[in-house]
Amino acid sequence: MLGKLSIDALPFYSWVAMGGAAVTVFGALGVFALVTWLGQWRYLWDEWLTSVDHKRIGIMYIVLALVMLLRGFVDAIMMRAQQAFALDSQGYLPPDHFDQIFSSHGTIMIFFMAMPFLTGLINIVVPQQIGARDVAFPFLNSVSLWLTAAGTGLVMASLVIGVFSTAGWTGYPPYSGIKYSPDVGVDYWIWALLVSGMGSTLTGINFAVTILKRRAPGMKLMRMPLFTWTAFCANILMIFAFPALTVACTMLALDRVLGMHFFTNDAGGNMMNYANLFWIWGHPEVYILVLPAFGVFSEVVATFSRKRLFGYHSLVYATAAIALLSFTVWLHHFFTMGSSANVNAFFGIATMVIAVPTGVKIFDWLFTMFRGRIEFSAPMYWTLGFIVTFVIGGVTGVLLALPPVDYVMHNTTFLVAHFHNMIIPGALFGYLAGYMYWFPKAFGFTLDERWGIRSFWCWIVGFYLAFMPLYVLGFMGMPRRMEQYNVPEWQPLLIVASLGAVVILLGIVCLVVQLVVSIHNRLEARDLAGDPWDGRTLEWMTSSPPAPYNFAIIPQVESRDAFIEMKRRGTAYSHPQQYTDIQMPKNAMAGVFIGGFAFLLGFAVVWHIWWLAVVALLGIFAAITGRAFNDDTEFVIPASEVEKIETERHRKLAIARKHYGHDDQTPVADPFPGGAA
Amino acid sequence: MRRIRGAAITFSTALLLSGCSMPALTPKGPIARAERDLLFDALGLMMIVAIPVFIMAFVFATRYRTSNRKARYTPDWSFSLGIEALVWLVPALIIVALGYLVWTATHRLDPYEALASTVEPVKVQVVAQDWKWLFIYPEQKVAVVNELVFPSEAPLSLDITSDTVMNAFFIPELGGQIYAMAGMRSHLNLLADEPGTFQGRNTQYSGDGFPHQHFKAVATTREAFDAWVEEVRQSSQELDAGTYQKLAEPTIGHSVTYYSNVEPDLFRKVIAKYAARTTGARGAE
Repeated sequence: MLGKLSIDALPFYSWVAMGGAAVTVFGALGVFALVTWLGQWRYLWDEWLTSVDHKRIGIMYIVLALVMLLRGFVDAIMMRAQQAFALDSQGYLPPDHFDQIFSSHGTIMIFFMAMPFLTGLINIVVPQQIGARDVAFPFLNSVSLWLTAAGTGLVMASLVIGVFSTAGWTGYPPYSGIKYSPDVGVDYWIWALLVSGMGSTLTGINFAVTILKRRAPGMKLMRMPLFTWTAFCANILMIFAFPALTVACTMLALDRVLGMHFFTNDAGGNMMNYANLFWIWGHPEVYILVLPAFGVFSEVVATFSRKRLFGYHSLVYATAAIALLSFTVWLHHFFTMGSSANVNAFFGIATMVIAVPTGVKIFDWLFTMFRGRIEFSAPMYWTLGFIVTFVIGGVTGVLLALPPVDYVMHNTTFLVAHFHNMIIPGALFGYLAGYMYWFPKAFGFTLDERWGIRSFWCWIVGFYLAFMPLYVLGFMGMPRRMEQYNVPEWQPLLIVASLGAVVILLGIVCLVVQLVVSIHNRLEARDLAGDPWDGRTLEWMTSSPPAPYNFAIIPQVESRDAFIEMKRRGTAYSHPQQYTDIQMPKNAMAGVFIGGFAFLLGFAVVWHIWWLAVVALLGIFAAITGRAFNDDTEFVIPASEVEKIETERHRKLAIARKHYGHDDQTPVADPFPGGAA
Repeated sequence: MRRIRGAAITFSTALLLSGCSMPALTPKGPIARAERDLLFDALGLMMIVAIPVFIMAFVFATRYRTSNRKARYTPDWSFSLGIEALVWLVPALIIVALGYLVWTATHRLDPYEALASTVEPVKVQVVAQDWKWLFIYPEQKVAVVNELVFPSEAPLSLDITSDTVMNAFFIPELGGQIYAMAGMRSHLNLLADEPGTFQGRNTQYSGDGFPHQHFKAVATTREAFDAWVEEVRQSSQELDAGTYQKLAEPTIGHSVTYYSNVEPDLFRKVIAKYAARTTGARGAE
């Protein structure tokens, strides 16, 4: 009846594991209790969970990402604490628990922090940047969100029921095969990736089509804002890369569940095929994470340098080149697998070639600052911190691209330091810059600048403290994933690294304080005009938060930086002759159900509860069929209603103008000097 | 270039004197030394791009801050053919130089390539097990767990496989690592400068005993090596199919063990457990 599931699946094996489970269970119960106590279930269901509005979906993605950032960070600081102590001793974590933690840290940070974060930003911003009212497939967008949430749910469930994988975030067989990992951990990992990976593929399709087909009239490809360009390239990568992951995970699942031999040691299996398939997804994935952040930096650096983006064409071609080249370098993840010198050298050189367009981007951002009027807002701090720090990661990346150097550095903490040096400044700093930059667009008030800048300083100081020692430890020959070690010289550096993690923790605390302070001060920090930074692109033309339809009248785009041009010409806030009815997609429950059943399907297969798997599959089928036969999926916002909303918007605009001396001809640099405080 | 390398080597020596051991920076053999030198050459080349970035980021950020009204402000300036050409061409030229370096160095330091030496290489067959290393000396017909002894003047020619999950064989002071995979044979050539004792280990995570899967690699004089082989031959334990089976069981912190006689062909049989025909990671051989 319950397959392999029994009372033994509960985490009574260690106090630390029980603590993790308790936090998860009581956290979930607490949220349930809070929503019930506030009597907000109906509101939550109608306005958020079933919403197909890209802005709401984007916000839900980012909420998910921030929660998982906390979870992934707890994993990180637990590892740093363990290694700070575990010289010739077991520390406080037994091996199989430590191994679950490094596996879940990587899995969560990549799939359930970074992916939802960038997807959320793309959701909120891209349709507005291209002057669209919604994405091409609003319902599919909801399905993507709930599949991602279902995958997250499976990872969180593994904290409470059963165990998580110990095979690392890459899940290399044969270790991840049934012979060497007989418990359910790897199955949780596989199904979390399969379910959320499906969501990512659908997101890629949705936004690629949206960007190709939904642009406002006049928005030619070479007039698109850079963030839209990078999102477009990232979405194309999602479409082509994620199927490789889906195939690799499915084959691994077939090995584990049905006793097949794709990647086993014996009977003709070959783990080298897995390594290839995994990294054919895995390397483009790096650029899926990094490219949208590059887009954020491009927007931020132009806006706060009060200057046009330097080398727009170069930046676009560099983005496209990076996207293309990202499919030609996967083998550099396993130079040490014994490929011939020709093969290794080819992939080494291909890897280095990517450094050229990336370097071009860095210089183009720098020349955007050149002869600008740089305003040191919080997003700008993240951008500057990124530029300096990312170069170090790029240099160490090129070093690792030399196969003979990789032979010495592979699998050491040097590698760990390198990829954190790419992903933390290159992706996370970008997302946080984007979060602080577009927060007023999503919620109608700006975030507190001072706490944002404090958070930045903690993050960057913490980053250097945490990861520079790992570079040195790599030179000292320390492998990654060490639950304990026997080399006394390593310990001082590991203690420094753990202090770095503590400083990053302060950075996270600052983020929380920033949110709380900003909500408290939201009235003073209101963004009445919808354009708190004197923005250059169309998303700043809508009100903050935007009306459900974003634009009552679809803007006519005449140039790049469309909105700032409109402001210069005085056409940014014109009243139309008359408003028309607007057709919008209706909320849909099917997305939530598909996500819920996908979670059940994953859970059922993990525990071999086959009847439940069948029920879940039927549930998904029923939800899709029901949706397919539903012709009543849109509703009309009548012109009168649009007029009411727009009149209110213009009233607020008038207040903003009066209050801040703001008019169309002379844009005000910063309506909120000194930020919200 | 030489100066950067020299400075880096001085720096690492200073760290060494202060009590830090940096195997990757203080190589004890020509392969590791060549790999380290390549690292510093590439690092030096990249500084041509990296240092200007640091300077420009600092100078531009301070000079063009909003409060400095004396700085020039050109809000609509967004293109310069000269700058564009420079930012594409300089990194591209560096990559051409690095690419040449990669191509030649990867071939020169191909781990499969036999090392040029007047002395016959010492052949050792390496089997990764959970969580220990078995070293079979086919010419001496002895085997050892968790200790690799070899004469320092002879190149070390290693055939490597795994009787468990994927492992990576690595002696940082002698040179780079290579994966050990079941049913396959990978190959690695190493050489030490002079007698010495080095740490070797598995670097590919492989389960509970992974942190303990390390061994001593001892380069000795020829005489000491011969004496050591004699000592191993005195061992009462022998390694045949039966005792091998028992040895292959997972153990953590397995003590150094000598086997005086090894079943012929044992290494090939370990591979044949998984694959009908011996192949290298590099394909059929």
